Amino acid sequence: MKVLKGRKITKGKAKGIALVSQKPLSFLGGIDPKTGIVTDAESDIKGESVKDKILVFPRGKGSTVGSYVIYQLKKNNVAPKAIVVEDAETIVATGAIIAEIPMVDKIDIKKIKSGQIIEVDADKGDVIIHEK
Amino acid sequence: MYLTKEEELILAGEYGYALQKAMEILVALGEIYGADRLIPIKSAQIAGVSYKNIGDAGIEFLRDFVDAGAKVSVYTTLNPAGIGNEEFMEKQREILDLYKAMGIEVTSTCTPYYGANIPKFGDHLAWSESSAVSFANSVLGARTNREGGPSSLAAAIVGKTPNYGLHLEENRKATVIIEVQAKVKDFVDYSFLGYYLGTVLKNDIPYFKGLKPEKMDYLKELGASMAATGSIALYHVEGETPEYKTAIADKLDKIQVDDRELKEVKERYNADWNEIDAILIGCPHASIQEIKEIAEFLKMRGKPLKMPLFITASKVVKYLADSLGYTEVIERYNGRIIVDACLIVSPIESWYRGIATNSGKASFYFSSAGLKVRLDKTDRLILEAP
Repeated sequence: MKVLKGRKITKGKAKGIALVSQKPLSFLGGIDPKTGIVTDAESDIKGESVKDKILVFPRGKGSTVGSYVIYQLKKNNVAPKAIVVEDAETIVATGAIIAEIPMVDKIDIKKIKSGQIIEVDADKGDVIIHEK
Repeated sequence: MYLTKEEELILAGEYGYALQKAMEILVALGEIYGADRLIPIKSAQIAGVSYKNIGDAGIEFLRDFVDAGAKVSVYTTLNPAGIGNEEFMEKQREILDLYKAMGIEVTSTCTPYYGANIPKFGDHLAWSESSAVSFANSVLGARTNREGGPSSLAAAIVGKTPNYGLHLEENRKATVIIEVQAKVKDFVDYSFLGYYLGTVLKNDIPYFKGLKPEKMDYLKELGASMAATGSIALYHVEGETPEYKTAIADKLDKIQVDDRELKEVKERYNADWNEIDAILIGCPHASIQEIKEIAEFLKMRGKPLKMPLFITASKVVKYLADSLGYTEVIERYNGRIIVDACLIVSPIESWYRGIATNSGKASFYFSSAGLKVRLDKTDRLILEAP
């Protein structure tokens, strides 16, 4: 078990399978709000679903409308369980708050691999990796 | 970040869900950007109005927020809305109604400072439309960051914004000096200049030397074009803008701008008239002076345009144009003043192949949407169009 120390953006706790993107993510136009599937052609996780995953990526990009897309993912039951980023910015932070998704930043995402089971304790700002 | 007792109570949900969510957004952004506290704002201007932009996701969020009793606590106006087919307009009306239900003045314009929402020097604001942010910071000397839609809405509801970025004196200093050697005289020249600089500068705060803008509209266009092709939210003009005397702190890099650089922009947007289906003036929304000028050029032309001329403006300016008789002249020559809307946030690529405009900002977005663009002086657009 390894604990990565970060910073709380949105409160809450979650445990699930990590889906790691090495590239910044745009929610508007980059993820289908109905299915939760990544559609951005430039994304390294294109075709994957964010539903119930712990979504890990460096930072958000694109339109600020992306916040509303995160909200819609939640309403459609296809949202990630938690969000882990290197640097939080306005779009994703706001989206996580209105959608009530636990979120942590200041995490070195290179230490997390897709498929690992991880736990996010956003209240403490911790990401806990259960090694395979 | 320090919070007052009342702010703590709002955050804890004592004043209801909507205020709590709004406060959570402000506190999170304050923590991310290292703000020491929240500061009161005088007004807000909210992005995320066009159905083309926010879609059903945005409507759903706004509806839930209204149902939770969200109300703004400071004077708040909106970004321009979109125009589309019947279904689009129905959704668009729904969005405007939801904002109205929150107590927002439904005047949807990128130029609120022409009468709908007028800040004064030193006022703290939470504005979000990029050209309005640039104008408020640079020309009026008010203070606002470039807010996103939800963060400006949160600020409007709480009446406060986190104290970081351009709210702080030390972050308003120039970072680069622009020595303008090019001939920059007309509105469209300011489009060329702003367009070019937006592509070469980064998060800079430029300080212009050698600019003598005859009209305030020229500064509006300079800021709008720079904010469209770059992310410039504040600039200073020597001898012109209110903070230029205190803007230079250190030794700064200098950039010279000659006619050659501006010519490159000009040549990029020189589509032939036979590729153009409509003319747009009013990006950012036209002032009453611009509308008067258009009416005069149309009279000089003496015969109606074959293609439609769209002039986008705020309600305030349109009422003025109606009462001064300009609207009647414009309509007589196949022109139309469109109120509170924006063609950039409308599905315009499905209606036209090419647009002629005097705006660098509009040129950038129309071209990104796949349209042919002609960027030219206002008088040439009106006198030379078929």
